[in-house]
Amino acid sequence: MSAEVATLLALAVPAATALLIAMSDGRPNQRETVTLTGAASLFAVVAGLAGQVLGGARPSTGAWAVMPGLELRLAVEPLGMLFALVASSLWIVNSLYSIGYMRANREPRQTSFYVCFAVALAATMGIAFAANLFTLFLFYEMLTLSTYPLVVHKQDGEAVRAGRTYLGILLSSSIVLLLTAIIWIQLRAGTGEFRPGGIVAAMSPGEIGVLLAMFAFGIGKAAIMPVHRWLPAAMVAPTPVSALLHAVAVVKAGVFCVVKVVVYVFGLETLTGAGTGGWLVYVAGATVLIASTIALYQGNLKRRLAYSTVSQLSYVVLAAAVLTPLSIVGAALHIAAHAFGKITLFFAAGAIYTAAHKTEVSELDGIGRRMPWTMGAFAVGALSMVGVPPTVGFVSKWFIAGAALQAGQYFALTVIVLSTLLNAGYFLPIVYAAFFKRAHAGEHAHEHGEAPWPIVVALTATAAGTVLLFLLPGLPLELARQLAGVKP
Amino acid sequence: MAVLASSFSNVATVILMVIGLYVVIARGNMVKTLVGLGVFQTSVYLLYIGPGKILGGSAPIIAPEIATYSNPLPHVLILTAIVVGVATLALGLAIVVRINEAYGTIEEDEIIARDPDA
Amino acid sequence: MILRHLPALIVVLPLLAATLCAMLRRPHAAWLLALVVSLAIPPLALALLLQVLAEGHVSYWLGNWQPPWGIEYRVDAANGFLLLLVSLVGGAVMIYARDSVDREIAEDRRVWFYAMYLLCLTGQLGMTMTGDAFNVFVFMEIGSLSTYVLIAMGRDRRALVAAYQYLVLGTIGATFFVIGVGFLYLTTGTLNLADLAERLPQVADRRAIMVGLAFIVVGLSLKLALFPLHQWLPNAYGYAPSIATAFLAATATKVVIYLLLRFVFTVFGRTLPFEELALPTLLVALSLAAIGYASVTAIHKDNVKVMLAYSSVAQIGYITLGIAFGSETGLTGGIVHLFNHGMMKGALFLLVGAVAYRTGTVTVAGIAGLARRMPVTFAGIAVAGLSMIGVPGTVGFVSKWYLVMAALERGWWWLAVLVVGGSLFALVYMGRIVEAAYFRRAAAPAESIAEAPLSLLVPAWALVAGCVYFGLDTELTVEVARGAARTLLRLSP
Repeated sequence: MSAEVATLLALAVPAATALLIAMSDGRPNQRETVTLTGAASLFAVVAGLAGQVLGGARPSTGAWAVMPGLELRLAVEPLGMLFALVASSLWIVNSLYSIGYMRANREPRQTSFYVCFAVALAATMGIAFAANLFTLFLFYEMLTLSTYPLVVHKQDGEAVRAGRTYLGILLSSSIVLLLTAIIWIQLRAGTGEFRPGGIVAAMSPGEIGVLLAMFAFGIGKAAIMPVHRWLPAAMVAPTPVSALLHAVAVVKAGVFCVVKVVVYVFGLETLTGAGTGGWLVYVAGATVLIASTIALYQGNLKRRLAYSTVSQLSYVVLAAAVLTPLSIVGAALHIAAHAFGKITLFFAAGAIYTAAHKTEVSELDGIGRRMPWTMGAFAVGALSMVGVPPTVGFVSKWFIAGAALQAGQYFALTVIVLSTLLNAGYFLPIVYAAFFKRAHAGEHAHEHGEAPWPIVVALTATAAGTVLLFLLPGLPLELARQLAGVKP
Repeated sequence: MAVLASSFSNVATVILMVIGLYVVIARGNMVKTLVGLGVFQTSVYLLYIGPGKILGGSAPIIAPEIATYSNPLPHVLILTAIVVGVATLALGLAIVVRINEAYGTIEEDEIIARDPDA
Repeated sequence: MILRHLPALIVVLPLLAATLCAMLRRPHAAWLLALVVSLAIPPLALALLLQVLAEGHVSYWLGNWQPPWGIEYRVDAANGFLLLLVSLVGGAVMIYARDSVDREIAEDRRVWFYAMYLLCLTGQLGMTMTGDAFNVFVFMEIGSLSTYVLIAMGRDRRALVAAYQYLVLGTIGATFFVIGVGFLYLTTGTLNLADLAERLPQVADRRAIMVGLAFIVVGLSLKLALFPLHQWLPNAYGYAPSIATAFLAATATKVVIYLLLRFVFTVFGRTLPFEELALPTLLVALSLAAIGYASVTAIHKDNVKVMLAYSSVAQIGYITLGIAFGSETGLTGGIVHLFNHGMMKGALFLLVGAVAYRTGTVTVAGIAGLARRMPVTFAGIAVAGLSMIGVPGTVGFVSKWYLVMAALERGWWWLAVLVVGGSLFALVYMGRIVEAAYFRRAAAPAESIAEAPLSLLVPAWALVAGCVYFGLDTELTVEVARGAARTLLRLSP
């Protein structure tokens, strides 16, 4: 099929899946089949498209004029392709995991759960393939709105309050900062198109600096401090949602938008020339360090993972802020690397909850003996976060550190080194305790084994993916290189 | 004094307007408010009709010996306005009657005491 | 033949029908008559609009008396579209009306309800069409008096007090308007709007004209509930019968806003109000106050209809803000929001009316957990709520886009931020409604509550669908708004 059709299908397939899931209400097996089929179909479409994009195709399609001067349009370029690949491949795994998790925990309202997932994926594809700022914004908001029901899924007081924080922060930042910045650019540059080399060359450095700030803090999904509070708050959601939020859709969409804006709206050379974008390195670096420090003190496993995510996301922003082609390669790679690593960790956390009903780090002593697959995968994911070979986390950190060194950004380099130590500090003890400490005898000691098989299959797959990408980084690396080689 | 004499209708207009508005704002009794409203509307009638009278003009009759005549248009407009005023007053009083049935009083502060959201 | 007399027909039909209605005995017969007439008018309005688009403007001499001595109905790009909107909303609401009226209004009064409704429709259509200043007053009072009656028919006894307060304030507003017109008449000798526009610049005594303008603006501001003259609106809309609220929220204030536009731009020309009288500063300040104060008050209200009424005051602030810019973008934004808000609020009030129909309650506590029992209704409320917040893909976004763009064009950063910031208030109060309906436990498990009947849902969802459709395909609404803006700014004939 042609690249244009594939691009449109990338949005149509999850949307249609959502509809079909809704119609399968009351027939769980049919519903799960629809979900898995939809996810697999999406991946097939995206993979096919990737092949063409690697060969140099840059399809553009779906133009629909909404207002005079504003149109909805899709266009595929390397970064979006990478993001779409990550998202679509992990949707399949996440769906498998969700089936295991939701059924084992007998969660209510499963149909609306899967429907919202599918809609969120459609929005993610829209973000990945947006051709201009308006399209990006529309799908960005759609993602926020479709994931809100997922966050408040439990519908108890705590979930509703968390939902308020989630929606409040994300919508406020996007409406007040991001939208204003978009309209400003539309007015001053005359267009909102994503172009190689950027579109703001005619603006003053001061304007560019302010606009960059509005984008950085307006794209709340990138969780740059202080717009990060929604992330730990969203941990009240069921784990498949946290896995989706923290690996596949929401946060990746956030940093994806940041990198895309830096490369295609501002342009690396324009930003370097303007000189008013230097602060972003410091803000991102601070976020990395502060979030990692907070993670050290979190007793709840999911919250620790949440703050780890805040920290890892700012790695991408940090890399982008270094403003060299090599650092952009690192940023793009880290989007993929962190996705696979973090989703494994969240899968493991959910598996532990499902099988052993444990949520605190202190309760995990000796659990590796009862749940070897789960904790094995956890170990692989943790190693990827720290950046140890043979995991893909090592590859992306290598590129980012190398780019920082090459650009003379010693602050960034220091941040990377320090945070690696911090990462080790809050991940490795968990692995050690799980395998090498004796389990507590006492009230909580009850017989449990591994998690249900769909869960185990899912987390093994992502852990394997983490190692596989280290061994065969060809595809993401090539896409990242094509992105960085993008010249006006 | 000369001002009063030469623009008597304008002065009267202003006085009536202010009295009417004052009564509407300052009185809590609903019927009195409607009375104030009526006085206020009357001042407007004066505003239109007063200047319509041309000094030395006669009634608007088409006849060879009549050269200047007062403007009949304001009278037409004000007749309409009077009708509107009457309708408003009637409707207002009807509503007041119903309020009296529902609340037992037509003092605004008593009604607010009974129904703070009203 | 009909085509030549369209303007007169549009006003005469509902007027006659109102009288006929009042003579009928059976409520359903009255409803049928009202429905037929309400549905007959949109095609006429559409035909008239097409004529206007073809010829530039349509001028109809009532009684064949030549203006400026005779009364003229003048339809151009600015009001042709508003006519269509008012008649469409009138028609949609009538489809919805029968069940709602049966539920909310005492049996012996239903016939009068429909008669008053038709009179209100007459008043609004007439106000939109007429080109004579005093005729505006006449139609304004026809519309207002029937509105007072409609509101007083609400079930709650507070509706009576609300109607009374609206009567007093509305009459003061109308009288101020007449005083202003009086000054204009005294200085120029004409009442025809187009003629006034020609003669006003030649008048020597500028002070009289400015006083006239001031009285007219204040009078109209009272009628359109511009802060701080908005006191009557929340209770009037909150306690009136559901369809009355839906119809009024979508049309009444919009027509008065059109009148404000007509007087400020066409009659007085842009220069006098904008440069000599500092109208923009005043309007910007009052609009911002409206948006801020009304939105914050809305958040704390328990009665959903009152909450939405305060929201309307805030949204009117957005429209007047667009007017205050005085630029093509600003006016386009304000006028397009006129249409968009009519759709959003119309939909919301109709849906809330459906909830009232089934449950008899409209408090936030009362709708707890109802989304499970009335999923379609609350889905509609959620979508319309998204439009109020201004999410892209809905009409609310389109208006906000133009308003922010207009602010940025002037370099007023702070204003742009305030405009988008106002959306956050909408997020809070719509969020309260959605949260209560979807996530709270139902207070008492009322098994008997079913989904609203189709007669209520279809018109409401038609408006909701419009909110999304016109958010994605804005060509029609934006082009019409821009055409109206250009006509008012005299940028095109």
